[in-house]
Parts: sequence; C-alpha cells; structure tokens
Amino acid sequence: MSEYIEHDGNGVSVGLVEKKYFIFADPPDEMMLESKIQFGPVQIAYETYGRLNEDKDNAVLVLHALTADAHAAGYHNENDAKPGWWEFMIGPGKGIDTKKYFVICSNILGSCMGSTGPSSINPKTKKAYGFDFPVVTIGDMVCAQKMLIDHLGIKRLHSLIGGSVGGMQVLEWCVRYPEMVASAIPLATTTRHSALAIAFNEVARQAIIADPNWNSGNYYSGKKPDLGLAVARMIGHITYLSDESMRVKFGRKLQDKSDFSFNFDADFQVESYLRHQGAKFVERFDANSFLYITRAADYFDLEKQHGKGSIVKAFSKTRAKFLVVSFTSDWLYPTYMSKNIVKALKKNKIDVSFCEIEAKWGHDAFLIPNRRLANLLKGFLESVEK
Amino acid sequence: MKFENSKIRFDFKIIASWVKPGSKVLALGCGEGDLLYFLKKNNNVQETGIEIKESRVSKCIEKGLSVLQGDINEEVVDYPDNCFDYVILSQTMQQVYTPFKLVMSMLRIGAKSIVSFPNFCHWQIRMQIMLSGYVPKTKELPYEWYDTPNIRLLSIKDFRSFAKKVGFDILKQEAFKYNRDDTDGKIVRFMPNIFATNGIFLIGRKKL
Repeated sequence: MSEYIEHDGNGVSVGLVEKKYFIFADPPDEMMLESKIQFGPVQIAYETYGRLNEDKDNAVLVLHALTADAHAAGYHNENDAKPGWWEFMIGPGKGIDTKKYFVICSNILGSCMGSTGPSSINPKTKKAYGFDFPVVTIGDMVCAQKMLIDHLGIKRLHSLIGGSVGGMQVLEWCVRYPEMVASAIPLATTTRHSALAIAFNEVARQAIIADPNWNSGNYYSGKKPDLGLAVARMIGHITYLSDESMRVKFGRKLQDKSDFSFNFDADFQVESYLRHQGAKFVERFDANSFLYITRAADYFDLEKQHGKGSIVKAFSKTRAKFLVVSFTSDWLYPTYMSKNIVKALKKNKIDVSFCEIEAKWGHDAFLIPNRRLANLLKGFLESVEK
Repeated sequence: MKFENSKIRFDFKIIASWVKPGSKVLALGCGEGDLLYFLKKNNNVQETGIEIKESRVSKCIEKGLSVLQGDINEEVVDYPDNCFDYVILSQTMQQVYTPFKLVMSMLRIGAKSIVSFPNFCHWQIRMQIMLSGYVPKTKELPYEWYDTPNIRLLSIKDFRSFAKKVGFDILKQEAFKYNRDDTDGKIVRFMPNIFATNGIFLIGRKKL
C-alpha cells in the first residue's frame, strides 16, 4: 500500500514520531490463542500521536490492513523519503485530529514490522519461528491490541478506525470488548471473506509456496522466496484496484517502447507497474507473514464465531456508535458486504451511519487522499459522546 | 412557538412543536439534514436520517448527524417494530412510488409518524389548470411534466381520505401557506384545501 504515500500537500504533519514496543505474555503467563495454543512472549510495535487527556477518554485506535505497519503518520527521522501510511488522515486539524485525539496504531500479531511474527526469533531455539509460528486469527490480533490498550491505562476507546483487514479488527473489537468501545468506523470491509476473496488469497499463497526458496517456511538463513512473494503481491494488488482505475492509469499503454517486443518482457505499462510493486514489496515484507495474515483474514467469520451463524446476533452485544463506509468501485469487499453490517446493526437498534463513497480507485480508495472521507471521519468523531 | 433562529423553515417549526424533547426520530429522505439538525439542537432528539444521495449523506455526517445512505422504501424494512418515537416524511410523499406500503412501514417502526406535503389543490394550482391549460408549476412543484420526480400529487383532502381507507388515525394536523419565504408562514384554518399551500399531519396506528 505504500505506493500512495505522499508528503502532506500543506506540510501539516505530526512530525517526528517514534516506534515503541510493548512485550507481554512472558512464559509461564502465555497468551491463549484461538487455536488453543499457549504462546509467548509477544512483542507489539506501536506508535502514538497527540496527547492522552487526563480522563484518558480521547484515544483513537487505528487498525492497519494486511501489509501495513504501526507507522501511520509522521516521520521517523528528518530525512525519511515518505511519511506514515495514513499521513493524509492523521495529524493536526486532519480527519483524525491529533490536536483532539490520542491516536494509537499498532502492528498486528503475525506481521513482520516490529510485532511478533514468523520471522521473529523463537527464544527457545534462538532461530526464527518460521512455520513453527502458530496460526493466529483476527481475534488473536485484537486480544494482543487489547493488552496494549490496558497497558496504556485506557479503559474506553473514543473510536476504532480501520480499513480492509483493519476493518475486520474494528468489528472484532466491537463484539469482543463492547464495553471498551464508544464508536467504530469500519471502512471497505466485511464480516467474512467471500469465496472470491479467499480464492485470490489462495493463489497468492500458492505462489509463495511454489517458490523453491520457500523451503517449507525455513528460509531465514538462506535465500528468500522473493519471486513467489512478488507474484503474491502482484495478485493482491490487482484486487485492490478496479477496472476503471487501471484503464485510467495504464490502459494499453506500452512501457518505454513504441511497439511490442515479441518476447515476454514487460511490454505493457501495467505489467511493468506490477513487477515494480512486487519487487518493492519483497524488500519490506516477509513471505511467511503474508501467508499467516491472509490465512487469518480468510478464517475471519464474525457471524460464525460470535453469532452462531447469525450476523444480527453477532452484533447483539455491541453498543458503539458506528460509521460504516464502502467505496463504489471496491470489488474485493463490495458495498453489499458493508450494507449487511449496517442491516445487522439496524436490527440491533444500534446508532449507525453509512456512506458509499463514489471513488474509482477500487478497494484501496481508503488509502488515497480523499477529502470526503476525511470530512466524514472528522464530523463523526466529533459527534461521539464520551 | 419561539425559536432562537428565525431562519428556520416554517414547517420545521410546526414539526418541532409536535416532537417531544429527547425522543427518537427517523427522517426519511432527509436531504442535507436541516430538519434533523434543527430537531437535534431544539428538541434534543436522538436522530437518524435516510438519504439516497452520497453528497447529501456526507454533508449530514459532517454535521455530526447519524444518517444512512439508501433508498427509503428498502431501508425502513430492517428496523424492528416501534424502533422510533417519530418517523418523519417531510415534503417527500409526492416522490414515493408506493405510498401505502411506505406509510404502513412508518407506522410499524414508529409510534407516531409525521407527513408533510405540498397541497396540489391550492387555488392557484386550480386556476392554472383552468386558465392556462398546462400542467401546473409552483414553487414547491417547479418541474415540467417530463422531468418531475413528483409522481404522487395529492391534496389535504386526499390525505384525509387516505387515512380512512388505509386505517390510521390523524392525531394532529396543520395547514399553512408560506408568506415571503420558507421561514415565514401563516396557518390556514378557513377552507385549507383551497387556501393552504402545504399540509402537515401527525398520524398513528388506529386505536382498536
């Protein structure tokens, strides 16, 4: 997702920020995972922006998507080429106003951006976990986030905001810890993956698994499955775009040439773009983390886990005020999925707002500077009572 | 009725005088949320709006109102019975394809409903038909026959007979005409079906 990040046009930013770490679940007090495996220790990387007020009731937790990280806004040092991944949304006077709110973003369990995941060192073996890392779920990620929020001394969150897999975490939070959530903003998300979404994830996973360097997940001391991971990213990336955005951005334009090369180089701009995205991705992301997190997203099924199959029942405990947002061109998590959430909330008499934003950029629309989205968030956050 | 802001539309003031403070209100076809915003500030209501147009929905949410984007005919279906104290259909009835079905849903999900609409039998409209020979156009119904969204034109009398046929009670009613602009009006008691430009009704399920 980092390809969209730009410096703020008006130079407004939270400025220099620091990545922090929280470690918990040290043996023997390990964390009980949904798979019934005891696991620990767990390290969670996080960043905070703005100030926690005296009553500790102005905290906004931002939940990131599949491959992002805790670095949601600002810069780690003055020479950083790019700010955090939601720079346009988080900052003084922005959609999530750091003058008013204490914003927290943590890296999900299973990732490779500072939180414990398959590439972390297993203290028992002194080697990377690899495939010994237990399968984690969206619920496990949320449990770990809750430990962090407890650690920060926050009893109740003013709001939870996240798009895509981040939106799944928002929903999971609302049903798992209803008393801790005053409001929630799930963006471009779903209560469970469609067969289409699982299918794309499976193709991406198979690309990694088919790479000989993957070596059943044990590659940390040798060559990495870069080719497989790059292809996985290319597949994923296609699902985040839309027919229209690809037509506008690339069409059938050729890359640095006037005619076909009559071989299998990247002739079309779209090919060259995807190859570039794939190559860039392997520099920052771990193949095993990609497998684990896509698995967690596929397993996520709010109605099955919390409502015995009923989405209405799943939301019966939540008391948060909701703003649900979808995007017209999102075909990975189409609007009907958001409308299902809205419908279930209405049936539970929950205060819910819903807007389907017209955007041609596909699923990734929530990551692209969008005044309408920023204004919606701003208005909604201000309307939430403490 | 006394309101701090004199710029409030005359019909909004009538509605506000009927709505009990602190009640739960659903406004169908709420536009940019002017009525809901007024009721929230003035009557301290817990508001919900439904509006189909994205740009208007976002205006509402930016103002801090709870509003859902969707078609009013479909959105009312999801709510449990008696979910609201009032369901309001303000100046929208004339655009509803199935008024009977919608009013039944409104009475199901709300304890009471409020319906307001332009009176199509105002004397100026009658005169236009008689004298000009063209389908009438007014300030409230300004469209040509070929581009109008207003497909259900009704009068104050029509609505009263609709109440009898459908079987709901009219609890309160007011007929009025606007003076210079929207914010200023006058209640019409003498032959309202001829002299009032608008009607507002508070309705409820028939008491058995």
